[in-house]
Amino acid sequence: MDLSFLVIQALNGLSSASSLFIAACGLTLVFGVTRIVNFAHGSLYMIGAYTAATLVPNLLEWSYGPVPFWLGILISALIVGLLGVVMEVLLLRRIYGAPELFQLLATFGVVLVVQDLVVQIFGPQDILGPRAPGLRAPVEILGRRFPSYELVLIAAGPLVLGFVWFILKRTRFGVLVRAATQDREMVAALGVNQALLFTGTLFLGAFLAGLGGALQVPRVAANNGMDLSIIAECFVVTVVGGMGSVPGAFLAALIIGQLQAFGILLFPKITLVVVFLLMAITLAIRPNGLFGRPEHFSGAHAIGIASHAPGRFNAIAVSALLVVLAALPLVADEYFLKVATEILILALFAFSLQLLIGVGGLVSFGHAAFFGLGAYGAALGVKWLGASMEGALPLAPLLAALGAMAVGALVVRLSGIYLAMMTLAAAQILYAVAFQWVEVTGGDNGLVGIWPSTWAAPRSVYYLVTLALTAGTMLLLKRIIDAPFGYALRAMRDSQARAEAIGLEPRTHRWLAFTLAGAAAGLAGGLYAFSRGSVDPTLLGIPTSVDALTMLLLGGIQTITGPIAGAAVLHTLRDQIMPLTAFWRLFLGLSIIGMVLIFPRGLIGTLRYWRQA
Amino acid sequence: MTTPLLDVAKLSASYGRAQVLFDLSLQLHKGEVLALVGRNGAGKTTTLKAIMGLVSARAERLTFSGFSLIGLPTYRIARLGLGYVPEDRRIFTDLTIEENLEVGRRAGRPGRSPWTPERLFKLFPNLAGMKGRRGNEMSGGEQQMLSIARTLMGNPDAILLDEPSEGIAPVIVEMMAEAICAMKAEGVAILLSEQNWAFAAGISDKACVIERGAIRFQGPMADFLANHALRAETLGV
Repeated sequence: MDLSFLVIQALNGLSSASSLFIAACGLTLVFGVTRIVNFAHGSLYMIGAYTAATLVPNLLEWSYGPVPFWLGILISALIVGLLGVVMEVLLLRRIYGAPELFQLLATFGVVLVVQDLVVQIFGPQDILGPRAPGLRAPVEILGRRFPSYELVLIAAGPLVLGFVWFILKRTRFGVLVRAATQDREMVAALGVNQALLFTGTLFLGAFLAGLGGALQVPRVAANNGMDLSIIAECFVVTVVGGMGSVPGAFLAALIIGQLQAFGILLFPKITLVVVFLLMAITLAIRPNGLFGRPEHFSGAHAIGIASHAPGRFNAIAVSALLVVLAALPLVADEYFLKVATEILILALFAFSLQLLIGVGGLVSFGHAAFFGLGAYGAALGVKWLGASMEGALPLAPLLAALGAMAVGALVVRLSGIYLAMMTLAAAQILYAVAFQWVEVTGGDNGLVGIWPSTWAAPRSVYYLVTLALTAGTMLLLKRIIDAPFGYALRAMRDSQARAEAIGLEPRTHRWLAFTLAGAAAGLAGGLYAFSRGSVDPTLLGIPTSVDALTMLLLGGIQTITGPIAGAAVLHTLRDQIMPLTAFWRLFLGLSIIGMVLIFPRGLIGTLRYWRQA
Repeated sequence: MTTPLLDVAKLSASYGRAQVLFDLSLQLHKGEVLALVGRNGAGKTTTLKAIMGLVSARAERLTFSGFSLIGLPTYRIARLGLGYVPEDRRIFTDLTIEENLEVGRRAGRPGRSPWTPERLFKLFPNLAGMKGRRGNEMSGGEQQMLSIARTLMGNPDAILLDEPSEGIAPVIVEMMAEAICAMKAEGVAILLSEQNWAFAAGISDKACVIERGAIRFQGPMADFLANHALRAETLGV
């Protein structure tokens, strides 16, 4: 390892830092003004890449040279900027006051819609863009060859920073945007039309996302997975830098770029773990990120279950439901039982998330982490310890609980949107570990042959095992929700200051809640592994987390039974509709957006509202 | 009698299920200072917010310069020439004094010389020496001056001024009184919500006494000053 090698690594780090900053800058800018974490920011980035990869070659064909190339990059970014405007006018404008969970879900709905539309418009295959004219030859630095385009990228980051700084500090628009960041109502009382201000901000944010994507075209092919991978990285950058702080994002991107460049030398397989450690350390020392400020208004995420006395009717209804479910194998066929088993598992998964969101007010966006940890816990037990189902299944809640303890210890210090983004980032890192650590986890292919013991192998028996374990766990969780511990969580959700004033300790309570919810989700994951006979990294992915959230949203966040109904409806719909259409994600995404906009109480919540009205 | 600049008739407002204003009516005429006085919690702040469209309210009539304000978004109300200086001042603390003024800047009105930072620094000399300072590096009194100056940058015909004397040093209160008189001399009408009775009495032409969300008295300040029974009952002074 000589000096020239270190220099090249540092330059590589700088160029990825630049790319990361340009991608994340718009996200933090939009958040600063609108207070919305735009999940679809990664989708805008992806559209920028696809647009440039399609447009630039056409321009180059017409006239080869640097001008058409850079013009194409710029036009792509402008197109994405206009899409941002459309998104603001059609969707974001309607959800500025909504709880942040709904904002995240609605913008994730856009992610799903864009995924299907991108495949329709640009085709399913990756598109490799053209190299930049005039920058094809590498330059020689200390005797090593270095791509000259990377040097351009290194310069692009500070250029964008200067551009954004100029707009924010030296234009009237920038002054208004910074004022609106702090107090929107007062800005309106001074005669400023916020709607235009927000639309303008979205244009700028989307333009930067598009630019970030378009600039990547000469080095990576535009592909339909880049939206979620970049958004997770952007979350890390904005959280470490401090939400809403553009200079913070720049500094965070620089640190992460160097960590990745040199971390790869120390831990070639698990560079992401280094990034996670950086986040953990930063947030332990500065809970609002490097340059972030404490959030003043944090009431918006407090949506949840209110307390009401459990009626005797409920006990009878639950018993009756359990009897009906237990009798199901007498009438149902194999396929129906398989679907029913999966619904029970997903219901437990969603129910465990309800403990965090509905009761604790902890909007976790990475609950798949614990579901997946459970699934991998069971699978690794079978694969590497040679355990039977009886031996491996307990490993599922155990590993998930350990994971939840670790993640929980970090995130219970945070609130609101930071917590949502951190849990998501944690899940993404576990996803990456499962993906990269091929020798242990089987990588992309996962692990197969995770079957139940012989006695439990028949569908009907495994269904009954699942029913006993999931129903038992859910009743236990319900008991915990109705216990003083649950009341304490609710008190802290509704007003942390008042809860602390009467002597409650939020961190410990929330950490315990995280551990409990993690263990329950892990059990669900373990049962899922044995039900399917295999595990793979998608169990840890963002879509799995969002599935759980969608079930909550569908059933109703303010109800205890909501997640169960939500799981049943969503899984049945998926089972019935997905095989029929290529537009399942489009359908799901539009449904999520529709629910947030017109049906935010969910099924059970709406039924109860009607009954009470 | 001329038509009022700001005409409020039967204004009602609620926070959730708690009604705060009950059929409240008041009129503010061009170039006058009207003091809205009443005890803590009587509904003074809510009245001003309801006029600005910052809390939802119903009214039989709510007009400014002849335009109905009902259902208008706040920024449109402000653009009609109605300024608002909130109780807690709400300075943009991350912005410098000059930037705060820039946020308030709107085109001048025909027939009047527009407010500029230079003119405002003459009106509030304390601000002149610290143009580049940020809002969070200022005292309460300085913030209050900046808040008023920021609203004046929009060249309003009338200002809703909420508790300008609250929580600031007596010396500054005096300067505030001078500033209000100077604004009045420029032809700006002022609806002044005040708990500091002496302060309000000294600078207002008319008084409007609010009690439990309804108007008990509206008339010339001299009449209210002479009515000892009403003063004792409504304000305890």
